[in-house]
Amino acid sequence: MNVLHLILREMQHRVGSSLLALFSVSAAVGCLVGALTLLRADDVRTERILSDKEQDVADAVAAKEADVAQAGADLEDAMRKITKGLGFNIYILPGDQDVNELSVHGIVSKTMPASYATKLADSDIITINHLLPMVMEKTTWKEFEEDIILIGTRGEIPLKERALKKPLLQQVPAGSIVVGYGLHSKHGFKKDQKVKLNGREFTVKETLPERGTSDDATVWISLAEAQDMLGRENLINMMQALECNCATEDRVAEIRRDLARILPGTQVIELGDRALARAEARNTAKKTAQETLKRQKAAGAADLQREKTGRQKLKDEHEGFAAVLVPLAVFGAAIWIGVLTFGNVRQRRSEIGILRAIGLQSAQILTIFLGKALLIGIVGAVVGYAGGFVVGTTWGGESAAILFAPSDMLLAIVMAPLLASLGSWIPAMLAARQDPAVVLQGE
Amino acid sequence: MLLDIDQVSKTYHTVGPDVCALDEVSVSVEAGQFTAVQGPSGCGKSTLLLIAGGLLAPDVGSVQIDGRNPYELTADERAKFRATHIGFVFQQFHLVPYLDVLDNVLAPSVAAAVPQARERAEELIRQFGIEHRLHHTPGQLSTGERQRTALARALLHDPKVLLADEPTGNLDRENTEAVLGHLKEFTAKGGAVLLVSHDEHAISYADEVIRLQDGRLVKPEPAQAATPV
Repeated sequence: MNVLHLILREMQHRVGSSLLALFSVSAAVGCLVGALTLLRADDVRTERILSDKEQDVADAVAAKEADVAQAGADLEDAMRKITKGLGFNIYILPGDQDVNELSVHGIVSKTMPASYATKLADSDIITINHLLPMVMEKTTWKEFEEDIILIGTRGEIPLKERALKKPLLQQVPAGSIVVGYGLHSKHGFKKDQKVKLNGREFTVKETLPERGTSDDATVWISLAEAQDMLGRENLINMMQALECNCATEDRVAEIRRDLARILPGTQVIELGDRALARAEARNTAKKTAQETLKRQKAAGAADLQREKTGRQKLKDEHEGFAAVLVPLAVFGAAIWIGVLTFGNVRQRRSEIGILRAIGLQSAQILTIFLGKALLIGIVGAVVGYAGGFVVGTTWGGESAAILFAPSDMLLAIVMAPLLASLGSWIPAMLAARQDPAVVLQGE
Repeated sequence: MLLDIDQVSKTYHTVGPDVCALDEVSVSVEAGQFTAVQGPSGCGKSTLLLIAGGLLAPDVGSVQIDGRNPYELTADERAKFRATHIGFVFQQFHLVPYLDVLDNVLAPSVAAAVPQARERAEELIRQFGIEHRLHHTPGQLSTGERQRTALARALLHDPKVLLADEPTGNLDRENTEAVLGHLKEFTAKGGAVLLVSHDEHAISYADEVIRLQDGRLVKPEPAQAATPV
């Protein structure tokens, strides 16, 4: 026989009031655990929603990046093709060439070794593309008594350090001739037609469309044949090139530095309007792509922020509700347990008197009541935790494995007995201080 | 002397006039002695019993139980002293309603360890003829069975002194005889009984009868032999 036996027997005897006390503790713990579980479910859902949203935004940005990159590449390619149509924008001339002659007559009379072209192509230069060596002379097409510009070209030379690109100008094979618009339209040349140029027979390979430049009065033949006809074996007049697409501050200065290093005794001139058009086209394409991407990122970030704000607001509302409900339930339960214990003490007045008379100490009487409260608290913690957790997981819509938190269980197990003991404390003290003589005399 | 109450006075201070329950009362009960206190209602019998039981401190006078004054002890020490030296039997039985007969008899063992408590409880229950009610609660017992249960409880820890307040007040003749017989048997084994009653038949079992009138001792009467009916 011990105090626990007395407690259990009494609870068994007054099962109704014990169950009421148990219910109130369970309800308080259930409210607490349910609220915590629901808040955790909120957090889990928020985290998932935000994570999904972040992923969506990242995917959208990535897709947009790809679109923009593709569009940018397409635009840049289109720009490149358009600007490429503008033709070569770098001329490499012999060092002693008077640039004015080129400007005024469109002709270069000075020469440089043809080997310069291969030397440059085999060098480490990366600041130019599409290297085209040529000889040229203003001459008379004797068969038609027509002044023309005769250009001999071997076609573009692949640069060692640059990827092979589609040539701006196709090579003119030996025995072939390409005729400018002014000439073929005037003399009625057709493709594959045989024509004579200063005594040599050529086959018309191509008749060019009108360009409105000196090209309209130009004929192109192979470099070797032109060198032979013009008496300039192993010599060229100039090399045309396209400056690279590099985003540097002063491209032509870099090219000049490279040429001075690789081919001293040459000079470089840039056709400014072509270079500028090319650079602007490139920069516009890049800028458009970057701005589109920036807008997409900003829109995604704003969307994500809106979602975060909304979820935070919802969480604040739930926390506010829990902050009112939980203390109310806990306080209510403590009061209710106090009332029940007080009733229990009054009901057991005679019993307390006789137990004191037969020798139980006041601490043992206190233990009987607080022990009962502790027991109810422990059972209430288990029942309340289970109930609150089931409700929390059901309403929260998340799996129990995700929402289970040992800290909640610990809180319930600590809080419920404490709550029940605090609620019972005053009535239990009154019971312990009861004077058995007064009780027995009253009886 | 197992119980020595010397010149004890007790006055209750109420909202109305003070009530003098006992006025310089002295009672002594030796081992093996059955003493009865007789008197009309309100004469101070129950107050005397509570003082004798270490439950109510007197205003004046001293109490010695087995050579010790319980009122010189702290409340908890006094409770423990009661648990080891004194047994109580009341007219209203004061059984714990949710405990069965066995547990009620065992209740004093919660206060102080009783060697082989369960065996002793079962022996007492058998001795008082209520073994067939071992697992019945007080609500399921007759009044006689309740009082016998209360008596078994009072004797579980083998007290020196047994204090009985109108123990036969609610009993029929047969049960009265049984209870008084057990009290007598207790004294025969060396215990001291102080019985408070105004039942002449119960008093007839006493070795000594003390009469109280308005809180004062009237005069001692010669002992009468018990007359079983």
